[in-house]
Amino acid sequence: MTRSSKIFKFVLKRLLQGIPIILAIVIINFFLLNLADGDAVDVLAGEAGSATPEYMAELRAKFGLDQPLPVQLMVYLKNVVMLDLGYSFRHDMPVSELIVDRFWPTALLMVSTIILAVGFGILLGLLAAMRLNTWKDAVITVFALITYATPLFWVGLMMIVVFSLNLGWFPTSGMENVAAFYEGWDRVKDIAVHLVLPTITLSLFYLALYTRMMRASMLEQYGQDYVITARAKGLTERRITFVHVLRNALLPVVTMAGVQVGALIGGSVIVESVFAWPGLGMLAFESLFARDLNLLLGIFLLSSALVIVVNLIVDIIYSLLDPRIEVS
Amino acid sequence: MKQKLLDIADLYIELPKGADRQYAIQKVNLELKQGETLCVVGESGSGKSLTARAIMGLLPQPHVRVSNGEIIFNSEDITKVSYERLRELRGSEISMIFQEPMTALNPVMSIGSQIDEIFRYHVDMSKADRQKRAVELLDDVNLPNPEQIMRAYPHELSGGQRQRAMIAMALALKPQILIADEPTTALDVTTQAQILKLIKDMQKVYNTGVLFITHDFGVVADIADRVMVMQHGIVVESGPVKQVLNNPKHPYTKALISAVPSLSPRKAKTISKEKVLEVQNVCKTFGGGRGLFGFGRPSRQVEALKDVTLDLYNGETLGVVGESGSGKSTLARCIIRLMDTDSGAITIEGTQINMLKRKAMRAWRNKIQMVFQDPFASLNPRIKVGDIIAQGPITQGINREEAIKRARELISIVGLDDKSFDRYPHEFSGGQRQRIGIARSLALKPEILIADEPVSALDVSIQSQILDLLDDIREQMKLSMIFITHDLRVAAQVCDRMAVMQYGEVVEIGKTKDIFAKPQHPYTIDLLSAVPGKDWKSSASKKLTKTKTKSKS
Repeated sequence: MTRSSKIFKFVLKRLLQGIPIILAIVIINFFLLNLADGDAVDVLAGEAGSATPEYMAELRAKFGLDQPLPVQLMVYLKNVVMLDLGYSFRHDMPVSELIVDRFWPTALLMVSTIILAVGFGILLGLLAAMRLNTWKDAVITVFALITYATPLFWVGLMMIVVFSLNLGWFPTSGMENVAAFYEGWDRVKDIAVHLVLPTITLSLFYLALYTRMMRASMLEQYGQDYVITARAKGLTERRITFVHVLRNALLPVVTMAGVQVGALIGGSVIVESVFAWPGLGMLAFESLFARDLNLLLGIFLLSSALVIVVNLIVDIIYSLLDPRIEVS
Repeated sequence: MKQKLLDIADLYIELPKGADRQYAIQKVNLELKQGETLCVVGESGSGKSLTARAIMGLLPQPHVRVSNGEIIFNSEDITKVSYERLRELRGSEISMIFQEPMTALNPVMSIGSQIDEIFRYHVDMSKADRQKRAVELLDDVNLPNPEQIMRAYPHELSGGQRQRAMIAMALALKPQILIADEPTTALDVTTQAQILKLIKDMQKVYNTGVLFITHDFGVVADIADRVMVMQHGIVVESGPVKQVLNNPKHPYTKALISAVPSLSPRKAKTISKEKVLEVQNVCKTFGGGRGLFGFGRPSRQVEALKDVTLDLYNGETLGVVGESGSGKSTLARCIIRLMDTDSGAITIEGTQINMLKRKAMRAWRNKIQMVFQDPFASLNPRIKVGDIIAQGPITQGINREEAIKRARELISIVGLDDKSFDRYPHEFSGGQRQRIGIARSLALKPEILIADEPVSALDVSIQSQILDLLDDIREQMKLSMIFITHDLRVAAQVCDRMAVMQYGEVVEIGKTKDIFAKPQHPYTIDLLSAVPGKDWKSSASKKLTKTKTKSKS
């Protein structure tokens, strides 16, 4: 069997295995969310201020909230299987439309964060390990330690204070300047400028983590026997570092990064709220307070599917990096 | 007159402050000529590996460094040349092979690209030429399907194949000196014989000077022209191989050589007819499971034990001999119920124990105990020695005071200081730890002791002490023993009967004396003929029975 057909089979198998996992997640989330007091009708009535009990009962009947929980779950599951995520009464829009709309900003934020955190983490870790016990190593290690220990929301607020308010380099919030009606490259540039602060805020912690991991991993690999072999073969130190050691040292970092993509979605809730970034995280935050359960469930469903897909991608990358791991 | 390649004069290597001695090696003088094989022999910690590293300029600097002396290679002092010159010499003029072919190769690069690097960094050749030359090299070292091996990764090859690939790499540029640091220690005995022959053949073709580091006098007898014996970083004796092996001068050399077990089996004693353990038609297969939800084909199956039948008689030592993967350790694990058998029967005292439930098995656990191979990994580092030994009896319901009293007794029986009781395992040497392991296994007063390669991780002088100890204990405590080993020399000295295993099957079983005198199965014949140094029979070589009478007096 060729490698590509092996990978195809592997992907298919993993996707099939993902289905029961997603179903389990949906069911658990459903009950967890229903444990919270109050529902969407309470919130709507509270906002309107003058709702009668009869009107509220009518609304509940309309939303299907008067049914017993197991029935509600069955109805929801049936709809999910048919790819219908329900209707957000709060936003007066189908859930699927809403989350697809908000998915792209989050995806953009996450991809740029991963690239920044993993890329620079690897680079800094590599540099620190190559210049072990010099001032460069010391600076990188101290930088990693400080960012590692700083809370996310505080970094976000400080970034806004320093770079937006005092220096005026970057906008304080939002994803683009809607009022300017940019098109083409101007719009891309506008979004890029808006992207800088949220990305840095979200990635700093992970950047620190990967820097530390990469440094430790490089040092561990330098001590392996094959490095002595490579030296005995008369290779240059450059070749040993960048070809022999680097590839082996990357393995644990890639694993870790794969596991943390899920956590990244969680982290994006805070960052999106701080920077008013119109993504899934902010949407989840809003809908939680509105008790918009359909929407929340939809967001959770999408996130869990995302995590499964990302893990799959990481496994494939891993099998390409390490020939000892076979996709099967 | 053969040209002198290497001349080491008055070499000192200094260790960092706080090490257990100031110099790793002291006052070492060494010469190597074209086409000559010089064996450096010594136990662990003798400085033999560091000597080799120094020649390659591969000392773990800056902590460990040459503090005095010179290493002259073709009128150039290697300790003084620039880094760039050193790099040029490595791999092209002087190359090296290592003990562990698994860890010495980069796991994520193909064999082909690892060979290719040597050419890329030393000579100017086109890619196609380099490729062609690499395939030729792999063919030269007798690897089947060189083109396929080029694309293979280290984990896809067997230990012997990996070592062949390492040799191909080391000889790629026809170096003048090959340094081999215990290149066959991690290999099976038949593979070892092939690799030694390969090195010899290659040496003839290229007229290479070989510096061969080993702890095994059998290997020395087979390949060396000259021998150098090291102890604690000092060369205690050197000379032509015949002289050193047959007529050693220094007491340390004498002790080392006399510790090498002889290949002629010891006198067999009469074996009782009473069976203490019966193993009948035992099978065990690994793998074959399906993935989650039963998707996909079943995974690769390995038949670790195929229809194994053997008996253990009261008071005897039964050797189980075989190479890695022959199923000998699986057999031990099945007997002691660390693993479940697939089918067959293991019977003690009329009870079939391999099908007993966990709870019912507990009452039988104390009857069979095991001594493990690796004395470093098999003792819990956070538990004191006394507790390690007393734990077993306490779990079996013996009261604490009595168990501790027994533990103290056992510590003195296995020849350790009474103070050992309150110490942690890391405070002991390998041989001492193996004594602790033996004491632990004896604490439950077993009737059957299974020793799984108990001496293969130990230096030869320690090895003979542990073998003596096991023998004494077996007699004192009236134990029956299953002794698993890959080393036929050890088997000859320890076992009354032996079973030879290959691919999960017992291919031959009988009295040790008979098997050594007249092996029946072709595999047994292969094994016996592959033992290194089989033609070398020193008068000093050890017979266990002789020294035992001495130790008792």
